[in-house]
Amino acid sequence: MATKLTQSNGAGWAFALPGFGLMVVFIILPFFFAFALSFTNQRLISPNPTAYVGAANYRQLLGVGTITLDPLRDDAGAVQRAADGSPAYPRLREFTRANPDYPQLDGMREWFSFGRGESRTFVLARDVVFMKAIVNTVIFVLVVAPLQGALALGLALLINQRLRGINLFRAIYFMPVVVSIVVVSLLWRFIYSADGGLLNNMLTGLSFGLFTPVDWLGTPSTALGSIIAMSIWQAVGFHMVIWLSGLQTISPTLYEAASIEGATKWQTFRYVTWPGLRNTAVLVLIVITMQAFALFAQIDVMTKGGPLDSTQTIVFQAVDRGYGKQDISGGSAISVILFCIVLTISLIQRYLTRERT
Amino acid sequence: MATINPDNHGLRLILRYTVLTLIAVIFVFPLVFMVMSSLKPDQQLLADTSSLRAFLPVGDISLNNYVAAFDRAPVGLFVMNSVIVTGVTVVLSLLVCSLAAFSFVFLNWRGRGVILSVILATLIVPFETIAIPLLLIASKLPWIGAEGVTIGWLNSYRVQIVPFIADGLTIFLFVQYFKDLPGELIEAARVEGASWPQIYRRIVMPLAGPVIATAAILKFLVMYNQYLWPLMVVQQESYRPVMVGLQYFFQLNRAWGEIMAYLSLITVPVLAFYLFLQRAFIASIASTGVKG
Repeated sequence: MATKLTQSNGAGWAFALPGFGLMVVFIILPFFFAFALSFTNQRLISPNPTAYVGAANYRQLLGVGTITLDPLRDDAGAVQRAADGSPAYPRLREFTRANPDYPQLDGMREWFSFGRGESRTFVLARDVVFMKAIVNTVIFVLVVAPLQGALALGLALLINQRLRGINLFRAIYFMPVVVSIVVVSLLWRFIYSADGGLLNNMLTGLSFGLFTPVDWLGTPSTALGSIIAMSIWQAVGFHMVIWLSGLQTISPTLYEAASIEGATKWQTFRYVTWPGLRNTAVLVLIVITMQAFALFAQIDVMTKGGPLDSTQTIVFQAVDRGYGKQDISGGSAISVILFCIVLTISLIQRYLTRERT
Repeated sequence: MATINPDNHGLRLILRYTVLTLIAVIFVFPLVFMVMSSLKPDQQLLADTSSLRAFLPVGDISLNNYVAAFDRAPVGLFVMNSVIVTGVTVVLSLLVCSLAAFSFVFLNWRGRGVILSVILATLIVPFETIAIPLLLIASKLPWIGAEGVTIGWLNSYRVQIVPFIADGLTIFLFVQYFKDLPGELIEAARVEGASWPQIYRRIVMPLAGPVIATAAILKFLVMYNQYLWPLMVVQQESYRPVMVGLQYFFQLNRAWGEIMAYLSLITVPVLAFYLFLQRAFIASIASTGVKG
C-alpha cells in the first residue's frame, strides 16, 4: 500500500488516541492495579493510609494445612466414641487457636477430612469459603465445558440439514442467548421453586405422582446442578452457531467422496466431519471455559452462594469481598488468581492450535 | 448432511421434524411460560403450573401485573436509564473504535504495531478480573461538570458508559473488516488530495455497513444486559438500569406474576428485535468466535 511509504504520525495518533486512551484508563490500568493492590491492604473507603502487606492476602486466601489426629482414648486405652458411634477426636480448635506447636495452622478452619484406619486426617484452610468457591467453579467448568460443547455440536449437526424451515429452528434454538442471564436466572428461579414450581409440577404430572418434589436451589446436592442445567439451556445456542460456521467450512466434495465410498453416517462423522472441526473444537471449549470461570450473575440472582456454600464461585467471592466488604485488596487478589487460571487456559489453547498448523 | 438425501421422505421426514420440534419446545416453553404467567393473577398462576395451562393464555387474563409492577417500582425509569446508557455507549463505541481501527489499518505511524498488539492482548482479560480495581478507580476519578470539579464517578450515567466505549473486540472487528477493503480506493483519494478525516467519513465508513451492524448488535447486548458493574457502582434509583432494578424489584416482593410481567416487559422487545434481524444477530455472535 502506498500509504506505508508516507509517515503520518500526527494523524495516526490523533485517530487512535481516543480509543487507546480509554482502554488504558479503564482496562489496562485496572489490570495492573489488580496486581499492585493485591499486595496492599487497600479498602474502598478508609481513614488509614494504604500499606504494603506482601503476600498476606494470598496467604489468607490460599493457605491450607493438614493435621492427622489419633482418636481420643479413655484410661483403659479404648477409643472414645461420639453418640453416633464414630470415634471422637481432639477438638481442632486446640491446634488452630494460638497453639505454639502448630504456628502454621493458626486461624485455620476445617475444610474436609478423611479417615485412615483409626486416625483421621483433617484438611484445614485459612479461608474455607474461598476453597469451596474454587472447587465449585472448577466443577462447574468441568461439567459445563464438555457437556455444553457436545450438546451444541449435536444441535449444529441437526441444524446443518437441508430441510424446509430449518432456519426457524435455528432461530428458536438461539433465542435464549439474546435473553439476559439475569432474566433467565429469575425465570428459572420460579421454574425451580419448591412450592408451585413448574419443574416439580411437570415431573409430578409426568410420573403420575411418583415424583417427590425437590427444593432444587435450596438443597446443597442439587443447587449447583440446577444452575449448570439452566446455564447450558441459556448458552448452548451460542456455541451451536460457532460449530455451525465450522461445519460450513468443510468441503461438500469430502462428503460426496465419503458417500461414494459407502461410508456409514458414523464413519462420515468420524473421518470427515470431526477432523474438519478440530480447530473449532478447541475454540468452542476455550470460549465456554472462559465464560464458565466468570460465573456470577446466576449465583447472585439465584442462591447468593448458598445453601451451605454449595454454589460459591470465584467471581462471586471477588465481588463479595471487593464490593460487599469493601476489601479492594482481597477482591483484587482473587481477581489475580482468576486471571492466572484464565491465562493458563489461553496458553494451553495456543499450544493446542499451534501443534496442528 | 449437505447433500440431498433421497431417503428424505415420509416417515424419516416426520421423524426429523419431530426431533427438531421437541428440542424447540425445550427452548421456547420457559419463555412462553414467562409471558403467559405475566398475564395471570398469582393464585391462578401457581395453580396452572401443574398442567399445560401454564403455557396457554387461559383463565383470568389481564395486564394487571404490568400495572402493579409500575406502581411498585419505577420500572419506566429503569428502562429509560438502560436505553440512555446503551444508546450512548453504542454510538460512541462505534465512533471511537472505528477511528482507532481506521488509523491502525490505513495510516502509517510509529508505534501502531505495538499499540495494536496491546489492544488485542486485552481480549484475554475477562471483565470480571478488572472489575474490583476499576471500582476503586471509578470512585476516585474527577469530573468537570455543572458543579465544578467533583471527585468520584459512582452513581452516574458516565460510570456506566465511559469504561465501555473502547474495547478490544470492537476494534478487532473493525480492523478485520477494513483490511478487506480495496486499498486502491484510499490511495486514489489521497492522490486527489483528500484529508484523512474526509477519507474516513466519505469513503471508509459508508462501506462499513455490515461491520457497524455486527459491532452495534454485540455492544447492544452487552450493555443492555449489564449486571455486575452497575450493581457495584450505582446505588441510587435515579441511575439504576433494568437488570439491577430487576434484582431490586425481586427483593421487594415475591409476587411472581408481577416479576414475570417485569421480565416480559424488558425481554419481549429484545426478542422481537432479534427475530426481526435474526440473521444479523446470529452472524454477529458467530463473529465473536473468531477471537482468541
